[in-house]
Amino acid sequence: MALETLNLEHIPPTCQIYAAFFRDVSNCEFLHAQLLSRNSEFEYAFIDASSIISRSHLLAAVYSAAIVLLDGTLRTPNVHSEIVVSLNTSNNIADAYRKWGISPGKTKDLVVIKVVLCPSPAKETASTQTQTPQAIWDHLRQHVKGTPTPLTDAELAQATDWPKVRKYYRLNGVPALERLADEQEKIQQSERLAIMGMALRGL
Amino acid sequence: MAAADDAQFPPPKVLTYPASTPPTLITQGAEGRLYKTTHLTRDRPCALKYRPPKPYRHPVLDARLTKARLSSEAKVLERCWREGVPVPAVYAMDPAAGWMMMEWIEGIPVRVGINEWLGKRPEEGAEIPQVEDETPIVELMKRIGAAIGALHKTGVVHGDLTTSNMMLRPRGVDPVSGGTGNEGKTRSVEGDVVLIDFGLATQSMSDEDRAVDLYVLERAFASTHPRAERLFGTLLESYKSTFKKASSVLIKLEDVRMRGRKRSMLG
Repeated sequence: MALETLNLEHIPPTCQIYAAFFRDVSNCEFLHAQLLSRNSEFEYAFIDASSIISRSHLLAAVYSAAIVLLDGTLRTPNVHSEIVVSLNTSNNIADAYRKWGISPGKTKDLVVIKVVLCPSPAKETASTQTQTPQAIWDHLRQHVKGTPTPLTDAELAQATDWPKVRKYYRLNGVPALERLADEQEKIQQSERLAIMGMALRGL
Repeated sequence: MAAADDAQFPPPKVLTYPASTPPTLITQGAEGRLYKTTHLTRDRPCALKYRPPKPYRHPVLDARLTKARLSSEAKVLERCWREGVPVPAVYAMDPAAGWMMMEWIEGIPVRVGINEWLGKRPEEGAEIPQVEDETPIVELMKRIGAAIGALHKTGVVHGDLTTSNMMLRPRGVDPVSGGTGNEGKTRSVEGDVVLIDFGLATQSMSDEDRAVDLYVLERAFASTHPRAERLFGTLLESYKSTFKKASSVLIKLEDVRMRGRKRSMLG
C-alpha cells in the first residue's frame, strides 16, 4: 500500500493525516468534477505536484491547515480546501485552487492528502471506521488513474515546474536567491522563502 | 518543576500537542517567551516565539496589539530575508493566537563569543599587548558592521541592537580540526552573524532612527564588553563601507551621542 501516514510534530493522534502521490494521472477531469459537485466521497486535498517544491513545502501547508482545524478556526469549507489555500500567499480561495489545485487537462502528477479527525481514538465513530487507511487507499486506487509513487523529495523534484513556482511565490529577482551559485542551495532557500510566504499569508 | 512552570506560564495551545521532543523554554522576556521546539519533522528544530495574553489589558485591545506586533515582526523578517540580510526565516505563525515559529539558529550569541575571547586574554592591566593577534575579533566586528549596514539598507531599523540579539552561526561543519591550542579561542568569535529578535523593529529610512540604532548598540557594547570598547570603531568603519548612506547616519550619531536616545524633551 502506497498510502503514507504522516506523523507531524505538534499534531495529536486524534488527527490522522494520509498522503499519496500519483504520477501521470489520466483522469483529472473526473476527479475535478467530483470536487465541483462536492461529492462527499471525494473529500481529499488534490494538489498539482508541479507547484510543489518538496515534502517540507507540502507539509508546511498540511500543518497549518491541521492547526486551524484543531483550533476550530477554519476559514474555508473544510480542512482539505484549507490545505490548498494554505499553499497560497494570499487568502484568495479561487486563486489558490487555480494555482495549486487539480486542473483538468493540465495536471499530470497529483498529490492527495486526506485528513481524518476522530474525537477520541478510543470510541471510533461510524464515519472513522469506514475511513481506515486501507479503505482510503482502496478508494483512491479505484478512482485515481495514475502510477502510485513514493512521496519523496526526489520524486517531487521531478514533477516541479520551477518557472511556475517562482512566479507563484515571487522568487524572481530576489537578492537573497540571485547571489547563490550552488543550485542545490538555491532550491533549499527557495523552499524557505515559499514557506515564509505561506506563513505570512494575507499579511 | 516543569509542571509548576506550566501552571505559572501556560504554553501556547499549539505546544500542548505531542512532539518527538518536548519544547523547552529558552528565555522569558518582558513581552514574550521563546521556546525551542520542532517544525513538521523531528529533525527540523525551530524557535517558537509566544506573546501570551496580558491580563492587565482589555482583551480586545490585547488581541489587537499582539496580532499587530507579531505580524509586523514577521513582515520585517521576510523583507530582510528576501534582501539577503542574515535573519531567521519564518516557518509558521498564528498572529491571533500570539505565536510564530522561526528557523532555529545554531551557535552562540555574539555576546558570549566576545566574552569568551576576552576572557582568555590577559588582564588589561598586565601589559603584554600586541603580541596577540587580534584579527579574529576585528573580523567579527567587521561582520557585525556589515550585517547592520545591510539591515539599514533594506529600510529596517532593529530597535534593540545588542550583542545578545546577534548569533554566531558556525560556518559549515568541518570536523577536521587538529589542535594548535589557539583554535578553541578563535572559534569563539568565528561564524556568520545572524540578527535576531525583531520584536521592536520598524521600517524606517531616517538617519535619525538608524543613528539611534547604532547608539543603542554602542552603549550596550560599552557596558557588556568594556574591554573591547575600542573595537567599536572598526564596526562603524565596516558599516560605512557596506551602506552607501552611512556617512550622514554617522554624522547624526554624533548628535545622538550628545543628547541621548530620546529626541524629544518630553517624556
